[in-house]
Amino acid sequence: MARFKTRTDRVLDICVWTAPALVSGLFLWLVGDLAVRGCGAFWPGESEASGFFRLTEPLELVIKFLTGAPERAGRSGGIGPILVSTGLILMVCMSMAIPFGLGTALLLSEFVAPQNRFGRIVRRSLDVLAGVPSIVFGLFGNAVFSQFLGLRFSILSGGLTLACMVLPLLIRSTEEALNAVCPTQRHAATALGFSRWATVFQIILPQATPGVVVGLVLGIGRALAETAALIFTSGYVDRMPRSVFDSGRSLSIHIYDLSMNVAGGNQNAYASALVLITVLALINAATNWLATRFLQREAGNF
Amino acid sequence: MCIPFQIRSYIALACLLSLFTCGCGAADGARTTAAPRQTQITITGASTIAPLMGEIGKRFEAEHPGIRVDVQTGGSSRGVADARNGLADIGMVSRDLKPDEADLQRFLIARDGVCIILHAENPVQSLSREQIISIYTGQTRNWKAVGGRDAPITVVNKAEGRSTLEVFATHFKINTKEIHADVVIGDNEQGVKTVAGNPLAIGYVSIGTAEVDREGGVPIRLLSLNEVEASVKNVRNGTFPMSRTLNLVTKTPPEGTIKELIDFASSSKVHDLVKELSFVPID
Amino acid sequence: MFRSTRDRFLSLTLHGLAAVSGLIVVLVLAFVLQESSPVLSRVMLSRFLTDGSWHPAADAAEGAFNLLPIVVGTLLSSAGAVVLATPLGILSAVFIQFYAPLHLARWYRRMIELLAGIPSVVFGLWGLVVLVPLIARIHPPGQSLFTGIVILTLMILPTVALLSNAAMAAVPREIVSGCAALGLSRRTTAFLIIIPAAKSGLTTAAILGLVRAIGETMAVVMVCGNVVRMPGSLFDPIRTLTSTIALEMSYARGVHRSSLFFCGLVLLLVVTGLIAVAEIVSRRQLHGPV
Repeated sequence: MARFKTRTDRVLDICVWTAPALVSGLFLWLVGDLAVRGCGAFWPGESEASGFFRLTEPLELVIKFLTGAPERAGRSGGIGPILVSTGLILMVCMSMAIPFGLGTALLLSEFVAPQNRFGRIVRRSLDVLAGVPSIVFGLFGNAVFSQFLGLRFSILSGGLTLACMVLPLLIRSTEEALNAVCPTQRHAATALGFSRWATVFQIILPQATPGVVVGLVLGIGRALAETAALIFTSGYVDRMPRSVFDSGRSLSIHIYDLSMNVAGGNQNAYASALVLITVLALINAATNWLATRFLQREAGNF
Repeated sequence: MCIPFQIRSYIALACLLSLFTCGCGAADGARTTAAPRQTQITITGASTIAPLMGEIGKRFEAEHPGIRVDVQTGGSSRGVADARNGLADIGMVSRDLKPDEADLQRFLIARDGVCIILHAENPVQSLSREQIISIYTGQTRNWKAVGGRDAPITVVNKAEGRSTLEVFATHFKINTKEIHADVVIGDNEQGVKTVAGNPLAIGYVSIGTAEVDREGGVPIRLLSLNEVEASVKNVRNGTFPMSRTLNLVTKTPPEGTIKELIDFASSSKVHDLVKELSFVPID
Repeated sequence: MFRSTRDRFLSLTLHGLAAVSGLIVVLVLAFVLQESSPVLSRVMLSRFLTDGSWHPAADAAEGAFNLLPIVVGTLLSSAGAVVLATPLGILSAVFIQFYAPLHLARWYRRMIELLAGIPSVVFGLWGLVVLVPLIARIHPPGQSLFTGIVILTLMILPTVALLSNAAMAAVPREIVSGCAALGLSRRTTAFLIIIPAAKSGLTTAAILGLVRAIGETMAVVMVCGNVVRMPGSLFDPIRTLTSTIALEMSYARGVHRSSLFFCGLVLLLVVTGLIAVAEIVSRRQLHGPV
């Protein structure tokens, strides 16, 4: 059949192959550019070491960069405390956003009819929430979490603000994933006399896991990438945080500060951006791996 | 009941995290009640001063063990507001105080010169005061008119309310409403990058930033003003005419540790830090 | 209605969680309204459309508060981004689902997920240092509506592509198998069967992309030029609502500060309006002739 291609078919085929090529091209351009500029930070300058030691030097520099504290306002030194703060912010954010996101999505797709007024109001307000600019979230988080709840500038208040931010994305994608579960499965579960609880936790959620993971990955990406909302909430302090009640600078704020606020910070800004993308790649790989592993285990149970 | 593994792990993760958070909270609460007050100094305000204050804070912490200096940004107006309502112990303000802010105590810690920059490839070597005014008010739209190539001028201006804009407009006596800009920017580095990426651009930025970037190989040229070379040295000796002040403000006259920190920040002990962050120390 | 107390408990908990999630936007709205009340009480609403320019730093009487070019700039840039990103995103999803070999599809998806996590400041930095000089060579000043659209397209593409992909994956397998049994090509299956079947999910993807584009701040500040003027061409600089807030908030006081919150309020209204329009359109499609 493929022999009788019409012109429309051919155009469509070309489109389907060009679009990803274009996107990949732009992505590789961007990341390649970052890599070239960022790697300079790990390239040893003039040094006496030679031979074998010269080869290990970049590795040492990478380790030093990942664990060291920022010096000279971040222009030299490393990003150790900033990585820790970023991790803590992400944990707070996700530990709040996951229960609320999953719960709301479950309610919207499993417990209320599409025409239900409560469901529609929640859905619409979430869409509006998705459009709130991050800087307004920042000021809002500052007013509510930092001042009203008395958390001041802290990782906790930053994480909570981020949780509000990623919630719409998380809920929408989870909802899509839940809707994707074939309705016959639900009918079968009901016919077999399963309780709602069992249907949700044993039939629907396991099947929707890959979709939920997409939402999580998008949410984590959004949270890691956020700058404006965190300047006013988790703050700017680049010291190692002692707890989530300390202020801590996130990686994206560090990049912003070095590239836009501190003269001569470009080198480390690019290097930090490179680290951020690497971290993200690792998180994505881990989430995907976990998801497929659990899926296989689930399939084995049947 | 049998909850599948991944759901259990979600739940376990959430529980673990909330436990962790509570634990930290309890520990933190215990510590802050036990420790005497004023071991933590919070400073908020201008993003321009924040990197400098952060470094000063670190050096102060090293000299005074047990004290933590937390520096936050958010802009000069935030510095004033937070110092007023007590959210911060010290505010940072990167401009002169307005008449309605006279209730605050002000401490000058450094100066920052503002200079005109062009792309290094631009053949124009100098511009007179009148030429600059006519370029910024949109009367001169082509480099040819001021001795350059036949090409349109890209006028880079700062956003409404920014203090560098105020310094610039006051110096050239231009009403900010009359400025005809092609690009509007926020931070200094954005200005440097904008001019460095466009050979037809003219902009104005902090001298310190421009000098550091020029030495780092960024293709920009600093223009002299009234025959005075634009350099940190000339701002320091007072001959360069365009500059702004970098200040710390407090609500009440400072006491104790806060006074020590403010004195420290305006002393010669931190001049090397001021210079390193490309500002001009106060003698 | 529910068989066990456990089910009732579950339903109650979920209602509670959903209510909290929905309530956040009310809180945000109340906060923005409260902060923008000074300017609303002292400046006539019509002045936001009729004033000569945008110079809110002076006091309420002397300042100028024309928001129209800013709103137009916001709409143009985000609409442009969605017009480009939606086909790219849907084609990417089709590519992943129907065209690419398994490994390629997996790598491409992973790449898009990475794209989703690149901070907007990095997009902005790249745009400012790489893209703007390129475009400036064709048409100075380089910072323009066009540059903004390109960067925004890249930024919202992951949202659109991944959600479209999820929506297509959600189409029941039976339909795909049916198509295969009928001997339809993958092409026909994708474009004539799956895309129409996944329409509601695709609309959601486009809306979330649009909303994300409207709310984007840092990258837009760096590549759009930020001049408050009606753009005459694709290469003219524009100002958006979010960049106004980001650029001016740090020095804004009094009425100026409050007018920036008003920008936030306008933004929320624009978003709400667009969502309402989208809902009406999709409902008409649902009930209209198939």
